[in-house]
Amino acid sequence: MTKKTILIVGATSDIANATAHQFAKAGYNIVLAARDTADLETNKSDIAVRYETEVTTQQLDILDTKQIEGFAKGLSPLPDIVVCAVGFMGDQVTNELELSSASTVMRTNFEGPSLLLSAFANLFEERGHGTLVGISSVAGNRGRATNYVYGSAKAGFTAFLSGLRNRLASKNVHVLTVLPGFVATRMTEGLDLPEKLTAQPEEVAQAIWRATERKRNVIFVRPIWRLIMLIICAIPEPIFKKLKI
Amino acid sequence: MKLSGWGGFPSHETRLVAPRSITQLVDAVHDGNAIARGNGRAYGDSAIGSNTTINMRHFNHMIAFNAQTGVLETEAGVLLSDIIDAFLPRGWFPYVTPGTKYVSVGGIIAADVHGKNHHKDGSLRNFVDWLEVMGPSGEIVRCSPTQNEELFGWTVGGMGLTGIIVRAAIRLRPVESGWIKQRTIVAENIDAAIDIFEDNSDASYSVAWIDCLSTADKAGRSVIMLGEHASMNDLDDKTRRRPHALATKGKLSVPFHFPSWVLNQFSVRAFNSVYFRNLKWQIGEQLLSWDKYFYPLDAINGWNKIYGRKGFMQFQCTLPLASSREALHEILGKISSTGSGSFLSVLKRFGAQEGGISFPMEGYTLALDFPVSKKTIELMSQLDEITLKYGGRFYLAKDSRMSAATLDSSDNRSKHFATWRAENGLNTTFQSVQSQRLGL
Repeated sequence: MTKKTILIVGATSDIANATAHQFAKAGYNIVLAARDTADLETNKSDIAVRYETEVTTQQLDILDTKQIEGFAKGLSPLPDIVVCAVGFMGDQVTNELELSSASTVMRTNFEGPSLLLSAFANLFEERGHGTLVGISSVAGNRGRATNYVYGSAKAGFTAFLSGLRNRLASKNVHVLTVLPGFVATRMTEGLDLPEKLTAQPEEVAQAIWRATERKRNVIFVRPIWRLIMLIICAIPEPIFKKLKI
Repeated sequence: MKLSGWGGFPSHETRLVAPRSITQLVDAVHDGNAIARGNGRAYGDSAIGSNTTINMRHFNHMIAFNAQTGVLETEAGVLLSDIIDAFLPRGWFPYVTPGTKYVSVGGIIAADVHGKNHHKDGSLRNFVDWLEVMGPSGEIVRCSPTQNEELFGWTVGGMGLTGIIVRAAIRLRPVESGWIKQRTIVAENIDAAIDIFEDNSDASYSVAWIDCLSTADKAGRSVIMLGEHASMNDLDDKTRRRPHALATKGKLSVPFHFPSWVLNQFSVRAFNSVYFRNLKWQIGEQLLSWDKYFYPLDAINGWNKIYGRKGFMQFQCTLPLASSREALHEILGKISSTGSGSFLSVLKRFGAQEGGISFPMEGYTLALDFPVSKKTIELMSQLDEITLKYGGRFYLAKDSRMSAATLDSSDNRSKHFATWRAENGLNTTFQSVQSQRLGL
């Protein structure tokens, strides 16, 4: 039996790396893609040595949108699973003051990831199977003053994934939306996050693994986040707009 | 922040950083008075920087493995448990392992750890092919038994005081299975225990659990556990189905610090009696998984918390072969006369040893745990004296309270080490709370 292959885009992130370990352990060959492949070398050899599996790296800049379709078509073999772990929070105040920064955040969290999964969606539909995993964010469930630029881009990505799932449900292509909540990663290092609400990257990776096996649609990594977002979304707008949240 | 070792005593203020790249690591080293910290399993203050403590957990990548020679090249933050997970299913096991698998490669090299096979194979030093150490300038230097020998000699066992161990190549042992054939023998007192060790010097592994509250002609009664790696032919139908054995499941956890009165003279005596009787039932041969044989305490998460918030200390000395018998009698006599029983006491025969400042010497090593109190600190100082009288020395990875004078009289190598550090400009860059206390 030939081994299955998973492509992880945005592979330098902690969540992406943990996901690569999880799937390598389960016997997958791993393809890691990032803007700078030199950053992937230590993770590449680490995974290859630990799990005796094939790990390759690919260069892809998701903001260079013209590159995306050719990248997807050029992969051999076409992966069984594609995980998009690309994300960039930026700084909210900078995003408010400089439109170019806001644009980068919007494009990195919405345009790039959506186009990437679009390209693979078409190839998977043609092949008749495949799994697309988008790592979005609870920040996209309701816009808040403290991070609405990032949040709105994630909202767009979540909506995109939902539509993609709807389109491909009858085509044997599975689309998974991951809403991790707080995760202890390089991106959140130095922030004072509440321990009970904060997942480790390995937890996110395990949740993704289980959800792909069970063909789940939308997952919150820690179940408490489902409740938190339910409450946040239920607050009436006249009250919500006055909250410091 | 306040930081302590596995014993929870002492704790010290330090700046804790966790660099993710070599560049960030260089910056941390340049702050000065820094020490590397692996998984924090040294008992005392070995891995607390007097200014900066460098957590090495992000340097946790394996680099390469040679399936012909069993040599693993790895970054120093990788844990022994990761290595076992990755390589036991392929028929490899660490050559030398301490009593827990939750230790980093950098940490076990810095402590030059010994295992239950020291009498045959020596310490970890013998299985380290090379090391890469970051010095005060931030430059990384490779050293081995044949290249930069002096740096290699002091680094293995040097408690992180020669620089930051960044990468290493260690040799693994080929094994047919993950099972250990254990043979258990009871010794009615310390003399009998020593005789059994001497009679079984050809066993691959040997260690004794010792009851240090028993007295008179029962003083030092022990249960000696010998072990051999099981070959496929040694396995029965049940174990052959999973030849590499699984890690212990259904782990217990100690959820909070026990009140300090839980461990007292009576509960320790009761525990030791029950433990002794239980082990006596196991006399003879049996197959144990690697996890149960090598790492029984790892089955209880956070077992250090049973000693309460004040924490605990470990006393571990090694005694020269010629005076071991007499010294052990005196040490056990002292402990039972004060009634401060050690919850877990371990006796082991050491073989010959080399190295700059490594702990073992040919003879016997005794390890004892004591909850922190005025009385036990006093007792440990008395045990220091007895050890010195018989020419023994102390394990820095366990130490949390010894004086500089005690170290000096126990080991004339420590002065050479301190001088060498000063000559090479290492003493102001790399400094732990322990090295400060001990004048290293």
